Amino acid sequence: MIKIQKLIHDYIKRDDEGNVAGTQRAIDGVDLDVKTGQFIAILGHNGSGKSTLAKHLNALLFPTEGTVWVDGMDTSDEKNLWEIRREAGMVFQNPDNQIIAQVVEEDVGFGPENIGVPTDEIWKRVEESLKAVGMWEHRKKSPNRLSGGQKQRVSIAGVIAMEPKCIVLDEPTAMLDPNGRKEVISAAMKLNRTKGITIILITHYMEEAINADRIIVMDRGKVAMQGTPREIFSQVDRMKELQLDVPQVTLLAHELRGMGLKIPDSILTKEELAAALLDVQTGQNSDRGADSEKKEAAHGDQN
Amino acid sequence: MFDTITLGQYYQTDSLLHRLDPRVKLVGTFVYLISLFVVDSFAGYLLAGLFLAVMIMLSNVPFRYIVRGMKTIVFLLLITVVFNLFLTPGEVIWHAGIFKITREGLTFAIKMAVRLSLLILGSSIMTLTTTPTQLTDALESLLRPLKKVHVPVHEIAMMMSIALRFIPILMEETDKIMKAQIARGADFESKNIVKKIKSMVPLLVPLFISAFRRANDLAMAMEARCYRGGEGRTKMKPLVYHGRDRVAYMVLLAFFAICILTRIFF
Amino acid sequence: MGIKIDDICFEYERGTAMQVTALDHISAEIPDNQFIGLIGHTGSGKSTFVQTLNGLLKPTSGHIYYNGEDISGEKFDKKKLRSDVGLVFQYPEHQLFEIDVLSDVMFGPRNLGLSDAEAKKRALEALESVHMPEKYYKSSPFDLSGGQKRRAAIAGVLAMRPKILILDEPTAGLDPKGRDSILGMISDMKKKLNMTIILVSHSMDDVARYVDRIMVMGGGKLLYDDEPVKVFRHVQELENLGLAAPQITYIMKLLREKGLDVSTDALTVEEAAAEIMAHRRELHV
Repeated sequence: MIKIQKLIHDYIKRDDEGNVAGTQRAIDGVDLDVKTGQFIAILGHNGSGKSTLAKHLNALLFPTEGTVWVDGMDTSDEKNLWEIRREAGMVFQNPDNQIIAQVVEEDVGFGPENIGVPTDEIWKRVEESLKAVGMWEHRKKSPNRLSGGQKQRVSIAGVIAMEPKCIVLDEPTAMLDPNGRKEVISAAMKLNRTKGITIILITHYMEEAINADRIIVMDRGKVAMQGTPREIFSQVDRMKELQLDVPQVTLLAHELRGMGLKIPDSILTKEELAAALLDVQTGQNSDRGADSEKKEAAHGDQN
Repeated sequence: MFDTITLGQYYQTDSLLHRLDPRVKLVGTFVYLISLFVVDSFAGYLLAGLFLAVMIMLSNVPFRYIVRGMKTIVFLLLITVVFNLFLTPGEVIWHAGIFKITREGLTFAIKMAVRLSLLILGSSIMTLTTTPTQLTDALESLLRPLKKVHVPVHEIAMMMSIALRFIPILMEETDKIMKAQIARGADFESKNIVKKIKSMVPLLVPLFISAFRRANDLAMAMEARCYRGGEGRTKMKPLVYHGRDRVAYMVLLAFFAICILTRIFF
Repeated sequence: MGIKIDDICFEYERGTAMQVTALDHISAEIPDNQFIGLIGHTGSGKSTFVQTLNGLLKPTSGHIYYNGEDISGEKFDKKKLRSDVGLVFQYPEHQLFEIDVLSDVMFGPRNLGLSDAEAKKRALEALESVHMPEKYYKSSPFDLSGGQKRRAAIAGVLAMRPKILILDEPTAGLDPKGRDSILGMISDMKKKLNMTIILVSHSMDDVARYVDRIMVMGGGKLLYDDEPVKVFRHVQELENLGLAAPQITYIMKLLREKGLDVSTDALTVEEAAAEIMAHRRELHV
């Protein structure tokens, strides 16, 4: 679905006269492969280049060097521009600043209007999209009456109304409260599971990344780590170096291991921690059991 | 709180007027405005008043909402009346000290008051029965011929509707910035003109910066959703004339003709 | 000393069809030198509440007393209240406007009528408290990173030398490092400067490790007002309010359910680890 080779992106700083005053390398050699239908999370601290990377995926930015292919189309080729943007939709961070219309259903229709979808078909798509994110009852409302999580879901609906193969979500929950975050992430995950839409989630909340098929960790413009959530989060010290969080459970397990407890190093949920702690306990109990059996046998021998 | 304020205060209900094509209403209001200056007699104003009364009934909007529009111009109305009353030269019919009222002044003042009131009420009917979105769609459609002379009609309509969408948001932001600066001891209530202007800086600078940031974000979001200007765009809610709209146009025509007749004969 | 809130109510759009009760008979006392966390979901009234504390909003009924005086009284010095009770709004960097950071931080003290020299002194102190590197003092606030902008904005309020500092969601929109950094800075400030700090948040995790007292709001009412450990015992009620106890509390609860006899009062990872190890040592006695 997405293929990135040796991507480099420089931001050019201009001074007041418009002359080049310096460049800032935001992406410094990234290779990436995303297969259709996957749920990928891109983690990274602010300034790691993750947002810049996101904007390459729908040709909002063009590579300084290297190539980005979206569904086989080269993003630097102008004639592919609109098809790429239709196939790879994007949801941004600020819930207010991506809603165009004054009525929810009209905003969802904005995308299809732009690509010339006939009126009847637009209405069909708007209904399907709003239902897919659970916002159909709010279709006649003004966006100003919605919560942050609801607004973001409307934006997601606006994107899927264009029938994309892939949705890029650029820190969609950064400005939301915990409930809003849950709403948005479950809407995205549902789309991935039920419609097979590839989801690329840019975030710094690790609890959102935990359900991804694969996590990519960015640092200073490069890919620092790649792997399954378990592989990534178990490297607690490395994640700390990269200025990121790991789930509290994983942190706790790490701490306990540091204190000498022999539990596995890839614990992600509290259930796993409970099971591991009980295992260690029964393990020691059975050791003690064996010990006391030995003692009894020895005692028995003495008799 | 701010989400309930829409420009002109659209009143949501169902009525004949609500169902009319917004272009008819836009043209109708324009025609009505002109007619107020065409008629120049008691009979004429009576006719215009009756027409308005019928429209009010057809709109199903409670009277108190219609009168709300008047509140904003009550002051202007008063000034207009007073000026015309006391400053028009002519046959004096009352005086007290330096104040004098002339017959011409009296008739002129009354005419002005009636005109202004009908004007405001007439426009209110339009904004109460038409959403801002419908209005911009109507404007875009009516101005389409101007495209031939390279007027960017679509872009103007798009700008207007985005501006309308963001007014409540910017109002809320202004409130927030004001509160933040007041919390730092800023004083927005000074009577001194110089101080008042100076006090606007901590309000306007952040507001402008925020507005530009929003514009930037919005532009990116629009491009991400394949917006590339008016070419090739379809409409989700296209404006289509129905029988009732054609009838409405004819009624307007008839009304205007009668107005002209009253001018000639009264 | 401090603020006394006596049975206040606040309604928006009073007397209209759209009346909303944001504060419903709230009473509390805010003493000197306390670290308070104010938790509530969106719409619980917490933002309205903090705005009544510095006089930005006037309660529709009830009284607020600052150091014994009614703040809605005629003779009451509102300006002094605003400087004694500092309020940092959410995304405070949106209030920055001056030509450079130092001037912006001086805005507050200048409004208090202080001389330029005194204002500058206070601004420099405030900038140091927020750990702002000196090289940024003369930069335009708009050239700074998000986290730095936020510090500059907080410094702007600190420069007024408030006795009570209210921060509304100071970690909103920041990444994990930014969040830890700001919270650490606030905690340092609390230790060095003698002030009460009220941290408004909807994240228990952020707040649990720092505060002495937690106030929980829901539906305009003050539902809990106690030490963190005691408040977090009401896990089910908190969840019903759309809030959550700290993640650690859930972990300890599950361990307990599965048969490990650990206390659920741990609030941080370190406390939890210590608690688990202590429990294990007990088993081996």
